[in-house]
Amino acid sequence: MSSNKSGVLMSDEETKGLLSPLRRKLLMGMAALPAITMLPRASFAQAPATSAVNTTGLAVTDTEVTVGILHSATGTMAISETGSIEAEKLAIEQINAMGGVLGRKIKFIQEDGASDWPTFAEKAKKLLVNDKVAAIMGCWTSASRKAVLPVVEQYNGMLYYPTFYEGLEQSKNVIYTGQEATQQILAGLNWIAKEKGAKSFFFVGSDYIWPRTSNKIARKHVENVLKGKVVGEEYYPLGNTQFNSVINKIKLTKPDVIFTDVVGGSNVAFYKQLKAAGIDLSKQALLTISVTEDEIDGIGGENIAGAYACMKYFQSLDNPNNKTFVPAFKKMWGEKTVIGDVTQAAYLGPWLWKLTVEKAGSFDVDKIAAASPGVEFKGAPEGYVRIHENHHLWSKTRVGRAKLDGQFELIYETADLVEPDPFPKGYQ
Amino acid sequence: MFGDYSLGDLGSIFVMQGFAGLILFSVYVLMALGLAIIFGQMGVINMAHGEFMILGAYVTWMTSNFFQTYLPSLFSGYFFLAMILAFVASGALGMLVEWVLIRHLYKRPLDTLLATWGLSLILQQAFRSVFGAREVGVDLPQWMLGSLHVSESIEVPINGVFVMCLTVLITVGVAYVMYKSRWGRQVRAVVQNRIMAGAVGINTEKVDRYTYGLGCGIAGVAGSAFTMIGSTGPTSGQLYIVDTFLVVVFGGAASLLGTIASAFSISQTQSTLEFFMSGSMAKVLTLLAVVGILMLRPQGLFALKVRK
Repeated sequence: MSSNKSGVLMSDEETKGLLSPLRRKLLMGMAALPAITMLPRASFAQAPATSAVNTTGLAVTDTEVTVGILHSATGTMAISETGSIEAEKLAIEQINAMGGVLGRKIKFIQEDGASDWPTFAEKAKKLLVNDKVAAIMGCWTSASRKAVLPVVEQYNGMLYYPTFYEGLEQSKNVIYTGQEATQQILAGLNWIAKEKGAKSFFFVGSDYIWPRTSNKIARKHVENVLKGKVVGEEYYPLGNTQFNSVINKIKLTKPDVIFTDVVGGSNVAFYKQLKAAGIDLSKQALLTISVTEDEIDGIGGENIAGAYACMKYFQSLDNPNNKTFVPAFKKMWGEKTVIGDVTQAAYLGPWLWKLTVEKAGSFDVDKIAAASPGVEFKGAPEGYVRIHENHHLWSKTRVGRAKLDGQFELIYETADLVEPDPFPKGYQ
Repeated sequence: MFGDYSLGDLGSIFVMQGFAGLILFSVYVLMALGLAIIFGQMGVINMAHGEFMILGAYVTWMTSNFFQTYLPSLFSGYFFLAMILAFVASGALGMLVEWVLIRHLYKRPLDTLLATWGLSLILQQAFRSVFGAREVGVDLPQWMLGSLHVSESIEVPINGVFVMCLTVLITVGVAYVMYKSRWGRQVRAVVQNRIMAGAVGINTEKVDRYTYGLGCGIAGVAGSAFTMIGSTGPTSGQLYIVDTFLVVVFGGAASLLGTIASAFSISQTQSTLEFFMSGSMAKVLTLLAVVGILMLRPQGLFALKVRK
């Protein structure tokens, strides 16, 4: 990738990582002593003094504040995470064009998690300990987040995590800008049960934590709330490319709805083979929680047209915020780029951080964590979001229908914001 | 689990499930053939096999784009040209790789594993830099989509039938080249005794290069065909490499028949198991069975009888 410059530069500094944390702290303390006397002079009229907004030694100067971007630019996950990197860079550029945060321009250091979870943890530590970044925008898979979580908690960092995920997690040091499972799934199931009179459901997923947890929640909802029946629940290994057997099972059980959370390259194989097996998605209802516009690029619009997707953002949303966001994104990253749900959620990260910093009047992580609940972002492309006490977002859930051109047509959206509930009672 | 279904339903499901198994069989043979030639005939462990397949897939994607832009009237037939181009591109790259890298490593077969693994990483990053990190969607002509209605409840995927025909064609072609043609005799002579083959006037270096090129070329065709059923992205090749090695090793290296027999038994086991249990469990049981059989018979199903 072209924009790895800062990452390369930083590698010189990695030698410093060899120093013990204690010695580092002592050195830093000593280095900071002479600075204290100089600080009052450095304060500007519009920007508050660095000493006031940064009491914990983060990488904040009078003119700049450094944040980290931590995604996979290489490896399997680069397919998915590229969009997030692009969105975060766009948000940072826009914030800087508006004057930055507390009078300081945002500078970012991009690190590559390389689709490898231990690498994510190591790079997160590097960003927090060596670079002293004020916040990290990053991670995509749950596995990478789980690897990074102990690091951001130990070194007291702030992570803005963009992906819709399985829930069952909450941390002072993480803001979850995507939906957790109940937010994403329940409204969609309610809608399809009402709209299509669906009673029987067939679940197909990739075999790892997110689909399994999501399907568990979906099953409870179908059986206990909708009084329907789950006629099949199937998992395939990540990267599986042959789905003919499960498609035959679907044909045999004739479910009202196929509910899928197949991810990655498997997605492409699944929809191509579904189409080839003569299952017509304009007649057979299919509800997916894993296919965004990004995935359709690889699947091909003609293979998935007619399927319903349930998430919080579609590129085709018709609201003023989105009408400025989409052209700005395309201007920066090319006319052909598509914007999926997670890309939009990643775009929220830098903005929510900026708004929280301004609310707290400080870059200190503890103050940001405390100030986060209640922060609202009225310029979100999805409409309006607000941070909940539990560090997830209040957001609307929407159902879209895939069209031939690879875009979704908005079919349904919840009237109100859906409350995030990462530890849902009765669903575990 | 069958109590609720009518006999007719069950009958058609068994027919379709049979087809699913046959399609899986063809896919396995197609992806393993190239590797079997290289591993079997040359003893080179080609970890970059998946990336040669994906090169074929990207060539198909570019051909499809070209036809859509410049020759939309001929779009329905582009796939055949794309497969030929995929063969040429992957084959040519294979020959180049053999010349630059592999020929220096014939005496150190284990090092080829490391070298080709490195090559696979290089190729992945090259795809990513050239074509972008996102997957690309390959548009197929209308006649290759959808399914054939055999009866009310039996539907056969057209792309599956296409892959089956292609597999038969290529297998017959490879068998002919290997066992009937003059060049195939030379290849087998080099495999059996390199020094003697050289002594009777066979250009062993040239034979090696073309064998490697042929293996990679077939991988390219396989990759081209798999754009119908799978994804095309920089790392998609990794999805196939494990199954490919499984088929080749289980079949016994150096045996075309072994590869086919092994592809057949693995695909049928897996497809049958998949129907009765979840996909992940089916995979686990299939792998366990393969491991068990390989413990009893380390040389694989079919092994070349050679004097040790």
